[in-house]
Order: sequence, then C-alpha cells, then structure tokens
Amino acid sequence: MFKILQETLITGIATVAYPDVPAMVSAQFRGRPEFDFKSWRDARPAADVCPTGAIVVSDVVGQADPEGTPPANRRVTVDYGLCVFCGQCADASPEGAVRVTTEFELATYHRAGLMLVADYSLNPDGTHRQFIAEYQAVLTAEDVGNQLSEAVHETLGRSLAIRQVDAGSCNGCEMEIVALNNPIHDIERFGIHFVASPRHADMLLVTGPVTRNMELALQKTYAATPDPKVIVAVGACGISGGIFGTNYASRGGVDATIPVDVYIPGCPPRPEALLYGILLAVGRL
Amino acid sequence: MDLLEELAEKFPDLVSPTQAPHQAVRNQISIALRGPDVRAIAEHFISAYGSRLVAVFAEDRVADESVFYNYYVFEQSGEPTYVILQAPIPADQPNFPSLAAGLPAVNWQEREIQDWFGLEATGHPNPRRVALHDNWPDVHPLRKSFPLREVLPPFEGERHVYRPTLGEGVFQIPVGPVHAGIIEPGHFNFAVAGEPILYLQLRMFYTHKGTEKLFEDMPIHRAVFLAESISGDSAFSHGTAFCQAIETASDIEVPLRARVMRTILLELERVCNHIGDIGAIATDVGFVVANAHASRLRELVVRLNEGLTGSRWLRGMVCVGGVRRTWSLAQRDLLRDTVNHVEREFDSLIALVQSSDSTRDRLEHTGILRPETAKVLGIVGVAGRASGVDLDVRRDHPYAAYDRYPFRVPVYQEGDVLHRMLVRVDEVRESFAILHAAANDLPEGPHCAPPEPVPPGRCALSAVEGWRGEILHWVRTAPGDRLERCKIKDPSVNNWAAIVEAVQGNIIADFPVINKSFNLSYSGTDR
Repeated sequence: MFKILQETLITGIATVAYPDVPAMVSAQFRGRPEFDFKSWRDARPAADVCPTGAIVVSDVVGQADPEGTPPANRRVTVDYGLCVFCGQCADASPEGAVRVTTEFELATYHRAGLMLVADYSLNPDGTHRQFIAEYQAVLTAEDVGNQLSEAVHETLGRSLAIRQVDAGSCNGCEMEIVALNNPIHDIERFGIHFVASPRHADMLLVTGPVTRNMELALQKTYAATPDPKVIVAVGACGISGGIFGTNYASRGGVDATIPVDVYIPGCPPRPEALLYGILLAVGRL
Repeated sequence: MDLLEELAEKFPDLVSPTQAPHQAVRNQISIALRGPDVRAIAEHFISAYGSRLVAVFAEDRVADESVFYNYYVFEQSGEPTYVILQAPIPADQPNFPSLAAGLPAVNWQEREIQDWFGLEATGHPNPRRVALHDNWPDVHPLRKSFPLREVLPPFEGERHVYRPTLGEGVFQIPVGPVHAGIIEPGHFNFAVAGEPILYLQLRMFYTHKGTEKLFEDMPIHRAVFLAESISGDSAFSHGTAFCQAIETASDIEVPLRARVMRTILLELERVCNHIGDIGAIATDVGFVVANAHASRLRELVVRLNEGLTGSRWLRGMVCVGGVRRTWSLAQRDLLRDTVNHVEREFDSLIALVQSSDSTRDRLEHTGILRPETAKVLGIVGVAGRASGVDLDVRRDHPYAAYDRYPFRVPVYQEGDVLHRMLVRVDEVRESFAILHAAANDLPEGPHCAPPEPVPPGRCALSAVEGWRGEILHWVRTAPGDRLERCKIKDPSVNNWAAIVEAVQGNIIADFPVINKSFNLSYSGTDR
C-alpha cells in the first residue's frame, strides 16, 4: 500500500490541460492537409495517390470532341471526412500547393462542412490554366436543421454519459477513445464518463464503417438511448465508410444508419481531437 | 533429394507432374497437386517431419483455369522455408476432404472456405456457417462472379441457433455484440451453473467489412492503407506483412536501413500494446492504480511513435520497398531517450504489479490453457508461448532485420492468465534490448527501394510476428499494379478456440480478465 502511494506521489500530476492550453503535438504529426487552390497547378497526381478517394477530380466535358482535346473545366473536391491523413497528396504536389499541418480540431456539425471545392479551367495537357473559384460545399437546409439546439446543450453540457459503440471499426479509434480515460487525457475532469449501457447514456460515440452485421445492433442501441441524445460519428470510417466505403458487407458511414449530430475526422482521431468533438457536441467550447 | 522429388516419388498419384515456374521464391516452396485430397501428404508431413499446418485458404481461378485452389501452408520446426501445397478443386465438383476432425486448428478456416467460396468441406465435424451469419442469403462473396458492391437484401430468419444447455440451475447468459466496455463487437453465449462457466459459444464476424474482396478492387499502393486497417492495433505489423508479400512477389530487395527501421517500429508496436495489456489485466482484477501507470507509460510510447512516423499508431509509414520517410539524428535521439525512460519506468510498473499478493492470487491458476490443448488447437503468439508452444516468426522465419539482433523467446508451460502476462513482461524487456541494439546499429543508406512495376501472376506468402502472434499475408498479383487475391490470417483466427477452452470451470466474474489476457482482434478475425 505504501509503495503504491509512493509511486503515485513520485509521478505527480500527469494530466494535460488541453483545451485550456494547446495540445502537445509533435512537429511530425500529420494533421489537416492545407490546400492552396490558387497555386495548385495539377490536382491529378494527388487524387491518384489518395488511398480513400478524399481528393476527387471531375472534369466537365462540354461537347463531345472528336479531336480528343481535354475538357474545359475541372472541379476538385476535397473531403476531410474521407481523409486518413497519410500526407501523400502533399508529396505528390511538388509546387507546395498542398501542405500538411498539425491541425486536428476538425470536428463539425455538418457532413458538408468537411468538404472543400475548387474549380479550374484547363490547359491542353490537363494541368490547371486558371483558378476560377473556391468554396466550402453549400450547406443544405437539412444540414442546418441538424445543429444541436441550445436546450440540448443546456441539458447535457455539465455532465455527460457516453456509450461507445463499435459498429465495425478496425479498433484504431477504440484505442484512442480508451486513451481518453488515461491519466494524461483524463476525460472525467470535464464530468464526462463512459457508461456500460445505452440506457444510461446521453451520447453515442460511434465508430464505423457500419457493417451489415452491426446495422441492427446499432439501430437497437440508438433506440435504447433516452432522449435527448447526441450522436457522434468518429473517424474516417464512421463519417464516410473510409477506405472500406460501401460494399456487400459495409453500409458506409454512421449517418446512413442513424442520424448524426457531430463528425470527428481522423484515422484515428487523436484523443484531443475526440475531446474537441465531444465538447463541441455539448456546446462547451 | 529435395522435397518436391521426395514427394513425387512417395505420392506419384497426388503430386502434379507439372510445377509452376515460380514454385520456389524466398523462404517458400509451392507444390502443385493433382486433386483436392491432401490428407495423405498432410499426415506424412505431420508424422514424419513434425510439421505444423499454419494456414488453409482458397482462391477462385475458375475464369482462367476452371478450378478453385486450396492452399495448405506447412511449417517445419527449425526450417525457415514454408511449404505450400496447391490443391486444385474442379469447378464442377466443388468439394474437398476436410482435415478438421484430425486437426481442430483448421476448423474455422475450412468453414470460412465453405462460406466464402461455396466449396464443401466433406466430412467436417461441424460444417455450420462461421464467417457468414446464418441470416445471410446464399452467397459466396469471394467468388469472382460475386460483385463487391452487391447490395444484399435485409436480414431474414434466425440469427444463430446456439447449442442448448440444459439442467437444473443451468442458465445461459448472452453478451454482446455491443459490450459494456470500449471494445470490439462479438457475441458470447455462456452456459453457467451458478458461478462456474460450463460452456462458452462464440459468434464472431460482426465487423466483417469485405476486406479480402476489397484488396482485389484497388491498386497496390492504396491497398497498403487497407492492410493497415485490418486490425488498428497492429497497423504496422499488418502493413509490413502486406508490403513484404508484394516485395517477395516482385523480387524487390529492401535496403538495410529500411529493414532496421521496420524492426524498430514493429518492436515499438509490441511494447506499446503489451504495456497496455498488462495495465488492462490489472484493471480487470481491480488494481486500477497499476493501469493508471501502465496507460501513462503507453502514452509515452505512442507519442514516440508520433515523433518517429507522424502517426500515434504508426500508420502511413510502411510502403512497398521500405518506409516512406527516413529519420533525422534528432529523431534517433528521441528514440533512444524515450526507450531509456520507458524502460526505467517499466521496471517500477512491474515491481508495483508484482508487489500485490491479491493481484497474483486472482491471476494465478485462472483461465488455464493446457499445453497439449494449445498444440492441438494450433494456438500461436503470446497465448501459445504461455502454454508451451515455442513459436516466434521473428526467430523461425527471420524478416526485416531480426537476424541482426539476438533475443530470447520466453516460453512457459503454466498457461494461466499470470503467465500470459509474464510472457508480455519478458517480451517487452527483450524488445527494449532489440530497440537499443537497432538504434545503435541504424545504418546509413536509402530508406526505400526505387519503385518498380509489380509483375503479374506471381504468388507470395509473408509472415510477421505481430505483438499478438503470427500474421500471414498471401497474394497473387494481377496486371496493372493490382491483386488477384489477398489472403489475410490474423493470429486471432486460431486463438478464439483457446478462450473457449480456458474459461471452462472458471467463474463468470473472471471472464473479463481471461479474455483480456488473450486480447484477440475482432476486426482481424472478421476482416
């Protein structure tokens, strides 16, 4: 007993003060890739190496052209909800148009809020001639309605019980969620704790992709959680199906099965990114 | 006389007279057979050489060769070469003789072949579905004729009929797939008489994501990331196993610096998961202070991972030909300093765990897996070594740079939770020794071989000792940077049977700690 206390006293306090002070992030950490759309001369190599198709190049063909000249316009879509933060897009875009930052606070209320769009006109060799416009994907009325009400923030803000549901993940996100409970991240300092049953929960923290075999279990868990409840989709797979996408065994992202309030990108999202998303969901940022 | 000649002489009716031109590549010999019956040769391998049947899997070659193939991978103790039997199954007679009655280790693997390919394992003692749940329609997803994106109709019928357990005061306790803790989904059906567990029935494959089929649908450079997502806690091991398979198939020589860097990262993955497990085992018997220290230590290793690879779980680092990024001198110092620090703290963590008599009392003689049972069930990895199964891919089939650093493989005979923990403790200490040696050794030079097109039609097997145990990847390449087939075998596939054995007679309150002492991957099993 004395030894246990001694060990604890010697160690002292290990807990970090995030989000009051910035997170301890290594300079090597690969967070959000930043796109300088204006100077990006060719998006195709980046789209080519992206393992999950988070960068999509779609060329708009006007009239069918027997000469085989390239199409006139290109739309480049970047989706942080599919991104696994491998940094290959930066390596494949040598002119420095894509830069990997250490930003991880990417959680949003809207699926569309994770998407960027840029339009270009093209040179005959398929590189970008002129940058036309850049915009965040337009939010639909449905997206806006999705935002959590003040009342929910009021009810759940001070003490939050979370039920974690693995709806088919690779266990990567689970390891970071477990890390939220370690003495370094210590999520209980916010009055947030993980509970054993959805019936005790205010929030479902769901990882994906939702498999065909877990679809029913997820629906039942959702139904068993009392209102008001907040649903958070975690990780590239939870948001969009990630590298698994949709196939005979995978239904894709969580919002294809149950409604989602907050999306936390990452592969897996680091504990501070999870914490950021959870606090965002209950209006405590 | 080489093995092929010997087999051809002994079994002239079974061994095919024509062998593929690439039948022998690095550390593996492939032998083509005439038909699906491998019983006599398997018997011969096991009785004459003491071989172990490592894996059984199938491949659909109907479009090109009008046959399916079953592959049987054998390993002989002390012999670094794997022997792979390739047994053709005619498309119009889709069945093969089962080995499961004599070799329970292939029970699930043969049933997987039944489910995925629709090839019947004739004479299997328990031929029910395992990979596809009972309420799936009659489909065989790994057949080439089955489209990956097929949308299957909603569930119908019974989910799974469990074996009834009858008797006065006998109850069944269903648990899962949504568990109480933050863990992966699976279903456990316990039959209990009061506290003691009579019988445990498992239902896995809840997280089946079509991974093996997906490998056939993406270019190889993307598939590396899919390999990292097979089991998130073993991202680097699975990624390395996959890249090694491609490197073997295309004769790529990985530079020495890359091999040493891979060795370091594989050991860091082992250290960080083993420390986490030691803490989790302590938690499950109520010693939460020990877990607080263990999870703090684990976080130190995870941060080191981030400093070395940009990812806390070593993702996005391994690539075909080596590793994606090299290390600066500062990163090498970070590695040395952190390992030194964690090593010191690890000693006091273990002293703390061992100072508690009540912890020892809960762990000792709990969840015993006897050595003879472990051998029959083909248990591998940590669980195997705690029950007398002396296997370690790093020593038996050296890869990366493991032939450069001496290390000891801990083996115990007791097979209880305590000894599964002690195997981890010993292995972490061996890992520290490897890490010190490799960090000092780290040679200069390129960190990646120059990229080369992958030749089509090549087959290759690759093995890695992940922290849980033996990971196998087998590939057949296709034209245009693609794969015809990728078979993945996580150590968990064999080891679930060990949990069923180990829990019998234990009280249900000890199930969590027994389960944790194995800590198997659901996603790695289900794929």
